[in-house]
Amino acid sequence: MDQIILQILNGLDKGSAYALIALGLTLIFGTLGVVNFAHGALFMLGAFCAVVLSRLLSWSHTVVDETRTDFLGNPLKVEVPYVYDIFGEATGAAIIDWAVPLAILFSIPIMVLIGVIMERGLIKHFYKRAHADQILVTFGLAIVLQEVIKYYFGASQIPTPAPEAFVGSFDFGAAVGLDANKIIYPYWRIVYFCFAMVVIAAVFAFLQFTTFGMVVRAGMADRETVQLLGIDIDKRFTLMFGIAAAVAGLAGVMYTPILAPNYHMGMDFLVISFVVVVVGGMGSLPGAVLAGFVLGILESFASMREVIEFLPGINQVVIYLAAILILLTRPRGLMGRKGVMED
Amino acid sequence: MLGLTKKDFGLLLIVAVLVIAAPILLNPFPVDSSMAQFNAGYPDLMQRFVIFGIFAIGFNILFGLTGYLSFGHAAFLGCGSYAGMWMLKLLSINVIPAIIFSVIIAGILSLAIGWISLRRSGIYFSILTLAFAQMAFSLAASVLTPITGGETGLQTSLSDPRILPEFLGGGSSDGGNIPKPSLFGIEMGASWDVAVGPWLWTFNWGYYIAGIVMLISFYIAIRLFRSPFGLMLKAVKSNQHRMSYTGLNTKPYMLACFVISGMFAGLAGGLMAAMDPQVGAERMQWTASGEVVLMTILGGAGTLIGPVLGAGLIKYFENIFSKINKATLEGWFAFMPDGMSDFFVTIVYPFVGKGWHLTLGLMFMAVIIFLPGGLVELGQRFGRLFKRKSATPAGETTPAE
Amino acid sequence: MGILEVKGVNKRFGGLQALGDVNLSVQENSVHAIIGPNGAGKSTLLNCLVGKLIPDTGSVMFDGQSVLGRTPYEINQMGISRVFQTPEIFADLTVFENVMIPCFAKRDGAFSLQAYNPVRKNRDIHDMAEAILVDVNMQDKRHMTASSLSRGDKRRLEMAMCLVQQPRLLLLDEPTAGMARADTNNTIDLLKEINEKRDITMAIIEHDMHVVFSLAERITVLAQGTPLVEETPENIKGHPKVREAYLGEAQV
Repeated sequence: MDQIILQILNGLDKGSAYALIALGLTLIFGTLGVVNFAHGALFMLGAFCAVVLSRLLSWSHTVVDETRTDFLGNPLKVEVPYVYDIFGEATGAAIIDWAVPLAILFSIPIMVLIGVIMERGLIKHFYKRAHADQILVTFGLAIVLQEVIKYYFGASQIPTPAPEAFVGSFDFGAAVGLDANKIIYPYWRIVYFCFAMVVIAAVFAFLQFTTFGMVVRAGMADRETVQLLGIDIDKRFTLMFGIAAAVAGLAGVMYTPILAPNYHMGMDFLVISFVVVVVGGMGSLPGAVLAGFVLGILESFASMREVIEFLPGINQVVIYLAAILILLTRPRGLMGRKGVMED
Repeated sequence: MLGLTKKDFGLLLIVAVLVIAAPILLNPFPVDSSMAQFNAGYPDLMQRFVIFGIFAIGFNILFGLTGYLSFGHAAFLGCGSYAGMWMLKLLSINVIPAIIFSVIIAGILSLAIGWISLRRSGIYFSILTLAFAQMAFSLAASVLTPITGGETGLQTSLSDPRILPEFLGGGSSDGGNIPKPSLFGIEMGASWDVAVGPWLWTFNWGYYIAGIVMLISFYIAIRLFRSPFGLMLKAVKSNQHRMSYTGLNTKPYMLACFVISGMFAGLAGGLMAAMDPQVGAERMQWTASGEVVLMTILGGAGTLIGPVLGAGLIKYFENIFSKINKATLEGWFAFMPDGMSDFFVTIVYPFVGKGWHLTLGLMFMAVIIFLPGGLVELGQRFGRLFKRKSATPAGETTPAE
Repeated sequence: MGILEVKGVNKRFGGLQALGDVNLSVQENSVHAIIGPNGAGKSTLLNCLVGKLIPDTGSVMFDGQSVLGRTPYEINQMGISRVFQTPEIFADLTVFENVMIPCFAKRDGAFSLQAYNPVRKNRDIHDMAEAILVDVNMQDKRHMTASSLSRGDKRRLEMAMCLVQQPRLLLLDEPTAGMARADTNNTIDLLKEINEKRDITMAIIEHDMHVVFSLAERITVLAQGTPLVEETPENIKGHPKVREAYLGEAQV
């Protein structure tokens, strides 16, 4: 019982990331019909938004502290971040500590902008071309984006910690009345899961309850008819691309404390995200979310010692195996609609 | 000649001459000159040129003819390498069984993967092959450690049995050393240097053996492109619907094509093991599949010569272009006034040296956007421009080949 | 006994009865037209004949053999070729390659691994392709890419690709849809000639009554998935049931 709960919990945070990336991929695929191989790079760019903000906030100048001396007897030089000067030391320290959550606000406009530029500048020209070309050009873009990041931030991982308040773990077992110390779960992962749920809910609410969302959904179902109604669907789809980019970016921002970002994290997540989208059913938003969590949890179950002893190596391949089985038995995925990308 | 048209034979001849003369052509700079670091004519790199050429030729048979984009070809390359390594360990240090076995094993693996993946087409096919390749990579790095050596990989060692008689390359040791891969006694690493004036040329056995294998592969590819089978594969790309209403079963055509393509990848993998007897799981990673995609498309998918050009270009970038550092750049721009040279160095630096991937990515995007026919199309466009200028009457348009 | 015998074919899509108890008999070497208002089930019937759809009940016999459960390529190999409403050709290939492909399919069957000897060494195939291009009067366009042909030429090319296989039965799905009058007349002449010279049985789905009456020897009228009458053209004109089907309530 403990084990099962623990594995489900362990699967949730990875599943959240998969679900968020897959959600964005599906939005783009469903609205624009484009297979975006650069989506992993957007996730990575989001993570680097957090890095950039935390560096900006810690930007400091040198002050000579006359009251203290270093071991040579000279007055001590101290690095003082500019935020200390503006907000005072206590608030300033708190702001730096909270850099990752603050990066949410910072990243949304940046990611939307990146998304819009990508769509207008590049993707737009590929709507009428073969899917293979779309895959290839976005694959090229992913390489370019990741190399740019590598140039500016180097190849090694950049640790970006969570706020002090969320460091440590939560004894889930004790909280629900089971044995203490059996189900230990880091606080930040709980935060990540909740955050993912909020973002997912927001996207669905946005599509469900706003006129904008209604038009987009109608456009996903039948683009031509919507255009005939005199609605400029293209503009909305551009913005939709921006939103999808922001969702991927947010997934990346909040993931930084779990996995210190590096330039190729996007590619690592990309392959699995595609698997998630396909398993969920190409073009189905609920399917993408569901498949994200299912595969995340499946992966953590497969990493259990008992399972590995029984089926060595299953933890490495379970996601791919699941994807292959689903593609062969239910070509439309878990929740795919008929007629999407069928040949 | 050799059952080819004049034009195709000419192409084969050009490639043959380039392969034979590569040690000279790729070393244009005298040894002592400051440009010597841009010489690409050393055995290791030249071997990689031709081996990746084979890999790309094989990939192009699948993608160029049928339009099926596989992101899993590295699995066949890696499995060919492993198969070749085992032959070098168990049977003989002679490279021939290694190469043959690598082709066979890669063929079997591609038959299995192709049989399943080809039930779907388009993006689903790409993702299925990607999933299979990642699976193969993960398995090779973990569970299959007894066969693949896991993360350390496989190497030849003194404890290998090598059961064939000595004159066929058997025997565990060669006078106390680990035997080196050879062809009936000729070691792959053996080279002879020729110095002509300030130039130094290295002629390497391994390179020439791999080069001959590449020429044979290229010849087979030409025959396949011009055959009825090749025509059917082009038909698959063009209109599968019409094909089945014309009484043709697309499935065995696709499967045969996939297996042939996988066998070329296995051949490349086997040759890699033969040239440098060690292999690790990273050879199977999907980024390696991505690399062959880049090569083929950069050079010109669906053309005969394109993949070979693309493979050469990318390997050149990876090994030579990547050596350009700040000091080299400063040397190049030294003729300019100080501020200006600094400016240019700053601008250019991100794109060269370690940043070569960035240039590659940009070039690749440019090709996809503006030149779907790759470098070959670029050449053709220049050719046409030139023809028009010399005012020859335009002949009938030749299909892009 | 006709070359194509359709007996008691039913096909439902969900709650919709697309075909209801269709019986049809196409005589060898005749031209048989299937007409009917939109949504009468003409295309569904055609799809059942070529293996794209499988009827729920009933039988479809071609030359004494059932076609049900066979794939489109198997049915083609039995001798049924199909011309589509919008021409299905190999758009990226040249006209000559387009007609060579069906020649190979005819000679070598559904699959053959001839990956070594070049196409140009197959003289017989070349001659067949050459001859059919002359027949449809496209020999001067043989090196053109098929996608660059005019709409009418694409149709002629598709027709050539079907004819070169010497099918026993040629199915035509609105072969003159969207054509100008002159083109339509050319197509009629071409089809007449094919029928007379090559002894090819034809089943045509057509809206254009001019085409139907110029070509057909027998006409089946389909309405709401059921055949109303099967008659000669003379008897179809002015047939009360046909009028009713076409003009419907407006007349009543």
